[in-house]
Amino acid sequence: MIKLENIHMKQGAFELRDLTLEVPQGAYAVLMGASGAGKTTLIELLCGLRFPQRGRVIIGGRDMTHAVPAAREVGYVPQDGALFKTMTVREQLGFALDLRHVAGDDVALRVREIAEMLDIAHLLDRYPSGLSGGERQRTALGRALSFRPKVLLLDEPLCALDDETRERIMNLLRQVQQQMGVTTLHVTHNRQEAEELGTMGMKIAEGKIIPLDLSGGNE
Amino acid sequence: MERPRSAWKPPGKGADRLFIAGMAIMLGAYTLLILLMLVADFAYVGGVADEGAFLTSFVKAFKSPEIRSAMTLTMISCTLAAILSVWVAVPAGYLLSRCTFRGSRFIDALLDIPIVLPPLVVGLSLLILFQFLPVAVREAVVYERPAVVLAQFAVSCAFAVRIMRAAFDQIDERCALVAQTLGCSRQQAFLRVELPEAWPGVLTAATIAWARALGEFGPLLIFAGATRNKTEVLSTTVFLELSIGDLSAAVTVSLIMVAAAIAVVMTARTWGSRNMNL
Repeated sequence: MIKLENIHMKQGAFELRDLTLEVPQGAYAVLMGASGAGKTTLIELLCGLRFPQRGRVIIGGRDMTHAVPAAREVGYVPQDGALFKTMTVREQLGFALDLRHVAGDDVALRVREIAEMLDIAHLLDRYPSGLSGGERQRTALGRALSFRPKVLLLDEPLCALDDETRERIMNLLRQVQQQMGVTTLHVTHNRQEAEELGTMGMKIAEGKIIPLDLSGGNE
Repeated sequence: MERPRSAWKPPGKGADRLFIAGMAIMLGAYTLLILLMLVADFAYVGGVADEGAFLTSFVKAFKSPEIRSAMTLTMISCTLAAILSVWVAVPAGYLLSRCTFRGSRFIDALLDIPIVLPPLVVGLSLLILFQFLPVAVREAVVYERPAVVLAQFAVSCAFAVRIMRAAFDQIDERCALVAQTLGCSRQQAFLRVELPEAWPGVLTAATIAWARALGEFGPLLIFAGATRNKTEVLSTTVFLELSIGDLSAAVTVSLIMVAAAIAVVMTARTWGSRNMNL
């Protein structure tokens, strides 16, 4: 469960006033909105990369308003993946588990499992520089899911991909969601993406959240 | 499509060639100047005296205990200055790149001072600073070997900070942010993600700092003096040999420094300074 409660935040000309957002447990929420409307800011509030001036951030029933990112147990996939350039795919997938002092064998097992689910098992020894756009996004997704987070935050993960790859990763996201039941917030500006993936839709405009009909009707 | 009114013709290939040629002349002229300077040094050492003089003058230089002592001190002091510089420059460059805090612009400007200040003024300022310190500290440093390292460090470090800042500026900050969501503290994100990515920058900073330290002269002369067998380094050797009228020895030592500098520049190039805006 994700909840932003009465968030107030002001940064330069950008402002969120009394913003409230809720994604129930296991839902796949899609958040749309114009560029600069604050979509990424909301993701960063949830990750703990930014802090609100007022209001509460609740993740999985716990108040995480002032918690550091590491304590929040959220999987975060930024726009272009932001892969670690000096690490192989294997090292990226095992990174979060190593930090948690998981035993080496268990890390290897989990890395294999994740890599097979995302179809990147043949890329484990490659560095990001040798990956295509779709492979990068799958690696970033695997890295975010590796430690079984309660919440998955996707910031326009498909925007730089070609149609075919986009289709494949969308299928993959649907599959991941069904298998892991992880509460997901997916930021996008692509209507089709929203309709095909989302179980609930939201739109941010002028610092407020408006429900969005995803049934494919006219807006 | 609308037709252009005047008799406009698309630029020909000739114009493009001329443009590149014009730029090539400038590049060529400067590289030629550098080459000619080096060739002249070699020719001078080889040609002043009889045949075989070229080798003889090098052998003479290497046999001279003063020059050997200067060479040893140069290698040690430059290496120490480079290590110190990188040690300071990594955290300094990181902070300046990642954080804007009160006074960060002021500090940024302050860090340029050792770069833009005339070297003699740096040396003089160090000397004056030590006049305010306890006598014991002053006597241990000024005109002694620690002064050599300190004078070299004072200038080299500013360059190292610039390079490290550029290196961290080029690293996507979001990688570190992602690392934090994966469970890293800021320190862990720095050590495991950002520093490895900045590693080519660290090596470049170290080599540039080393090269700057090698070329240091003015501050050394004022702050460390140029006492033979004590605070004499290769740059001061050149000066001392010149002052006693031994032009040949001065040029020979210069060539040794040229070789050291080239070695360092080559190392820096190989270690991937390609992506750096220096």
